[in-house]
Amino acid sequence: MDKMPKWADVVLIPLISLFLAALGAGAVLMATGHDPIAALGVMIEGGMGSSRAWGYTLYYATNFIFTGLAVAVAIHARLFNIGAEGQALLGGVGVAVACLQIPWPHWSLAVLGALVFAGLFGGLWAIVPAWLQAKRGSHIVITTIMFNFIAAALLNFLLVEVMKPAGVMEPATASFPEATHLPSFADMLGVFGIPFASDAPANFAFILAVIACVLVWLLIWRTRLGYEIRAFGHSETGARYAGISGVKIIVIAMVISGALAGMMSVNNVMGEAERLVLNSSEGAGFIGIAVALMGRNHPMGVFLAAVLFGFLYQGGAQLSFQLQIPREMVTVIQALVILFTGALDQMIRGTLERAFLAARKWRA
Amino acid sequence: MTDPVLELSGISKAFGPVQANKNISLRVMPGTIHGIIGENGAGKSTLMSILYGFYKADSGTIRIKGREIQIADSQAAIAAGIGMVFQHFKLVENFTVLENVVLGAEDGRLLRPSLAKARAELKALAEDYGLNVDPDAIIEEIGVGMQQRVEILKALYRRAEILILDEPTGVLTPAEADQLFRILARLREEGKTVILITHKLREIMEITDTVSVMRRGEMTATVKTPDTSPEHLAELMVGRKVLLQVDKVPATPGKAMLEVENLKVTDSKGVERLKGVSLEVRAGEILGIAGVAGNGQSELLEVLGGMRAGRGKVRVEGAEIDLTGRNSNGQTRRARGIAHVPEDRQREGLIMDFFAWENVAFGYHHSAAYNRGLFMDNAALQADTTAKMERFDVRPPNPWLTAKNFSGGNQQKIVVAREIEQGPKILLVGQPTRGVDIGAIEFIHKQIVTLRDQGAAILLVSVELDEIMSLSDRIAVMFDGRIMGERMPQDTTVQELGLLMAGMNGKAA
Amino acid sequence: MDFLTLLQILDASLRLATPLLLACLAGLFSERAGIFDIGLEGKMLVAAFLAGAIAATSGNVWLGLLAGIGASLMLSVVHGLASITFRGNQLISGVAINFFAAGLTVVASQSWFGQGGRTPQLSGAARFDPIIWPGAITKIKDLRKADPLDQAYSELLSGHAIIVYAALLLVPLSWWVLYRTRFGLRLRAVGENPAAVDTAGISVVRLRYSAVLICGVLCGIAGAYLSTALQAGFVKDMTAGRGYIALAALIFAKWRPWYALYACLLFGFLQALALRPDVLEKAIGLKVQVQLLDALPYILTVIILAGFVGKAIPPRAGGEPYVKER
Repeated sequence: MDKMPKWADVVLIPLISLFLAALGAGAVLMATGHDPIAALGVMIEGGMGSSRAWGYTLYYATNFIFTGLAVAVAIHARLFNIGAEGQALLGGVGVAVACLQIPWPHWSLAVLGALVFAGLFGGLWAIVPAWLQAKRGSHIVITTIMFNFIAAALLNFLLVEVMKPAGVMEPATASFPEATHLPSFADMLGVFGIPFASDAPANFAFILAVIACVLVWLLIWRTRLGYEIRAFGHSETGARYAGISGVKIIVIAMVISGALAGMMSVNNVMGEAERLVLNSSEGAGFIGIAVALMGRNHPMGVFLAAVLFGFLYQGGAQLSFQLQIPREMVTVIQALVILFTGALDQMIRGTLERAFLAARKWRA
Repeated sequence: MTDPVLELSGISKAFGPVQANKNISLRVMPGTIHGIIGENGAGKSTLMSILYGFYKADSGTIRIKGREIQIADSQAAIAAGIGMVFQHFKLVENFTVLENVVLGAEDGRLLRPSLAKARAELKALAEDYGLNVDPDAIIEEIGVGMQQRVEILKALYRRAEILILDEPTGVLTPAEADQLFRILARLREEGKTVILITHKLREIMEITDTVSVMRRGEMTATVKTPDTSPEHLAELMVGRKVLLQVDKVPATPGKAMLEVENLKVTDSKGVERLKGVSLEVRAGEILGIAGVAGNGQSELLEVLGGMRAGRGKVRVEGAEIDLTGRNSNGQTRRARGIAHVPEDRQREGLIMDFFAWENVAFGYHHSAAYNRGLFMDNAALQADTTAKMERFDVRPPNPWLTAKNFSGGNQQKIVVAREIEQGPKILLVGQPTRGVDIGAIEFIHKQIVTLRDQGAAILLVSVELDEIMSLSDRIAVMFDGRIMGERMPQDTTVQELGLLMAGMNGKAA
Repeated sequence: MDFLTLLQILDASLRLATPLLLACLAGLFSERAGIFDIGLEGKMLVAAFLAGAIAATSGNVWLGLLAGIGASLMLSVVHGLASITFRGNQLISGVAINFFAAGLTVVASQSWFGQGGRTPQLSGAARFDPIIWPGAITKIKDLRKADPLDQAYSELLSGHAIIVYAALLLVPLSWWVLYRTRFGLRLRAVGENPAAVDTAGISVVRLRYSAVLICGVLCGIAGAYLSTALQAGFVKDMTAGRGYIALAALIFAKWRPWYALYACLLFGFLQALALRPDVLEKAIGLKVQVQLLDALPYILTVIILAGFVGKAIPPRAGGEPYVKER
């Protein structure tokens, strides 16, 4: 018998984790002399209170959907990909190459091209750690961490030495041409006559993120490849018995993961900044870890968790703007979510299981 | 009459709804070898774990030399003079023998004096009990027999008076087992008490003074060994007359389905595990491979099942198959009509967190019946699972339960159903009834025989000699990566097979 | 490149290697006991912050050091709870700790000092001063004229904060503890096979907690060194990946104390070189990308991990929570 109903596992545990994380964050706010309730009010107003607020929230959420899916796909193959950050950076390089090197006639073609390049660059960046794990047994957590740093150094080098236009001091590429600019929410909704804040960064990439959720769901739960990925993730020896190649699964899962992380750059680099700058992913790769853990590695969960983190991110920006609480407050919340949903999962789960067992006995 | 050195009364222990030990009482006399026998899952190991402080009993008392004690942890057990040799050794592999012996029984905070003292004491113990081991050898570089001695030395070094051995011969050759028994007899002479847990009747009859029988968590009887017989003990163990004989008609072997020629396997550590195995399995026969665990049987199954690479020649229906692993794996084997019931259903045969219906596709997930275009046809798969569960009487017959929620027997039925219902030409079977209840054993045996009668070639690997004897049409014995010889079940005896399993060839005395 | 410049670079290497070494030894104790710790970075960061903050407010660097150790220990306890008591995923716990530290130090320093995530500049007794050895030349003008032996003595050996010397002494001490004491034997055993330790009647939980706490203390010292010795005050994100480099060094060192020293000196040397690209360029006549120097420790670690240059075998029970079983 399962110790507790499935809904408790899927819904209750993430909610409790979130609640505990909120308590922790509230305690930090109180300790630093702020009113948590007032702060929450500011966050809700700033993150959800207007179409502009939603425009920011969904913009951030788009990043986190991609990186969350990236981490989730890897986890299904029991690979902890901490390298989404580096893969996203490399994806940015791919987007920049696509947008700057190819004369696109229209954004709709440009976005497809950029997706391919972003996925390719991000996926290729994930191949080395994947291959080392598969063939040499090098721990992928450590190698992907190392690859994050190497990616940052590489991006730094590329921007300073290669991609920076002549005569400019700032390490950044030139702005992308007009034809590659993605329509914003205001543009898209304007077609239907729905008004939306025109200064909000949410753009067409959000729709791509939603499509990515559906595709990942189909991949994991409806295809043979997804079946093999999950089987391998649950039992390596089992996979060997069934004739599922571990090397193949590790490499494919990591390439898909890296590609998804890389594709995030279609949102931030192509859709928002419209050029490539240093540290363009701004930690979204790491937030992907929290998003995947909280979303229970299910695309629907990832979507919801990503929107939540998008809200936290945007609300956090408002906190620093209005209450002088540093944006890093969001990092604290992110850490607490990872801690409670990921590392202290057993604490919550164990307590809940005992509660359900007790309730069952009491009813019996 | 002397007082018992160990006395348990009314010990009960439940894990959730499972009652592992029910009101168990036991008296063990000093200076004796006391056997505890029972089937897998009868609760023997749970009882011993309670004695060693791993689990806390729900109720009951433990008395040592007449004094009631609480055993809260291993420390307390050691202090009470209990030593334990686990089935899976608890040694630090890259430490020396000496370091392993000293670990946890050091004198003082510094290591050097402890090691010096232990070195001297080991020498004395070696002389007293005939337990010779090189104190500076690294554990991972010595054989299992030696490792077991280290475990015994560990216990003696801690002044154990009562030594418990849990299935000590599972990994030993008969010769090594004999050596162990000589050591145990020596310990008895020196006044130590030995508790031997096993499911092998032969060992009980050979070495013990007294034997207690456990069945389904209960202690059903304690008898003097000379006053009993293996048949009687077997009956006590399973609660009814055991039907060791499987009902089957004589085999009518057809053409050679599986031919293995000079097959060699080297493992990841560079050790040669198969040293040139040749055998042949014909259509409509069961070839049983007997042998002590770890003599290459697992590797044989794994190579044939596509789980690892090997060298040599293997022909299926006359056509050679790839052994390098480059162009072959479990998938290509299945495509050739080779089905495989693996030795370890929990780690290999099933994904424990998958639903039953997902497991029914395991290994066959590429098959056309379970797929529709790009996607898997889950509805067809679920319907198929329901049908299979009915035919194989899997309980509960619910495709939406995860594998871990079935009992061992029902898990095995799911695996066997999946493999047999594919209608294979060749079936590889490893330990088909390990950890499976009696009812399911009979059912699974019957299915295997039915498949044979339909003309499949079956290669059966089992460490249970009884199973090999009753199920096989032909028996090959493996020792140290080689086939020691082939016998017909009706023309051989357990004793003869035992000699072959120990690596002794021919009809030696 | 003249001898004095080389000495200066080696001197900087030693200073930069010190926090790496302390963190590396911290990780060594933890991982040898079977607890993977990628939270070295976070522990150092909170320690750097609190050490800086307390030193600044109290004016006493030793109080700062204690506070830093305390802060690091708190996170060690969290890691212990997650990975030992609740048998959670040690890697995820480490990730959480790193983010927690990265966020909290900024939030706290902002609310405490309002200087954009830094603590006030430290000076005098609020900072670890260099210890000048007897007879060491301190004036750069005199140093230039001194003979090489005096130069080495004055520039390289003399003039470091006490933590630098302490860190160096910790190397033989760690070796001694690991290989010559009962505690060390048990610690190594619990990282290889906790079941062996458990059945020998020793508490796995207690051993692993001690290891995690030792790790906390050493990370605390490492962090405090950053804000009170290497630099004068805490700035946001001041660990700058050192925890990860220490982790890399630990793998490089194959989890052994003396090798840890060599690996950290090597990585410290690379960091020192990255600070002086001009010297490097002059020395080898080629322009070396600073980014390459930054990335070199990570690249080297990946190569080591790949097993092309000697295989690094981690403690066998590393990363796995211990569950009693027969």
